[in-house]
Amino acid sequence: MTTPDTPVLAHGTFTIKRRYDASPERVFRAYADPIAFRRWFVDGEGWTIHDWSHDFRVGGSAGGSFRFGDETNDTWFNDTEYLDIVENRRIITSYVMGRMVGGEKERASASLATIELVADGSGTRLIYTEQGAFFGPDGADHIPLREHGCGEMLDALGRELKAQA
Amino acid sequence: MLQYQQPLDLAFQALSDPTRRRMVERLSAGPVSVSDLAEPLPMSMSAVMQHLKVLEAAGLVRSEKVGRVRTCRVEPEALSAAERWLNDRRRSVERSLDRLGAFLDETKPETET
Repeated sequence: MTTPDTPVLAHGTFTIKRRYDASPERVFRAYADPIAFRRWFVDGEGWTIHDWSHDFRVGGSAGGSFRFGDETNDTWFNDTEYLDIVENRRIITSYVMGRMVGGEKERASASLATIELVADGSGTRLIYTEQGAFFGPDGADHIPLREHGCGEMLDALGRELKAQA
Repeated sequence: MLQYQQPLDLAFQALSDPTRRRMVERLSAGPVSVSDLAEPLPMSMSAVMQHLKVLEAAGLVRSEKVGRVRTCRVEPEALSAAERWLNDRRRSVERSLDRLGAFLDETKPETET
């Protein structure tokens, strides 16, 4: 069903909306301030953070490597670039995620993530949209392309299964 | 976290047959016994078992024998690695945005309350 010439990537998009009882300035600061960001985004119970950097400016990078649970679990990495920052309004990043294998990065996905902050009374509506390309830890070869008709059918099936789950 | 099933080819092959698609459609509504699954199909029980075997090999359907009854159900996990990835990402972002909310609550200044 796939040929060697077939590009093998899967794409996906999702949007998540939240409303916070905090001003856009405070929400923005939670992203911009390295200590605040680390506190809510990076550190978490059960996670070991091997390294983390946070250079919050357009063209700057952020990211690091981390592991959940004990050392039998894989170490993952996140490499983020800040593409656009408008104070108190929006943050646009691109990021790559994957596993560390023998000291090498095995990239699994690349995404564009946009965070929009909209003032809403005394609070803020946050709209997070991620568009991603998934190519798997072993390169693209292991994910067969969804051939058109078949793929659509499987998608419909997937929706039905999720509705049931 | 990310898991590689057999390439989707197996699933495509399994679903290329109209009888097997009918079986999956039926199972999408909920688990049923093999005899109930076979009942509306114009074929022998052994032919139904053959089709079931193909669906199981593709990871789309699981069956379990409890006493004298074999019950089949769909296996949503097998659908596609890409879909899993997307769901994992969504869940992970949802968790982190919840944490952001908790952080904002904890650090709320007096003036805003």
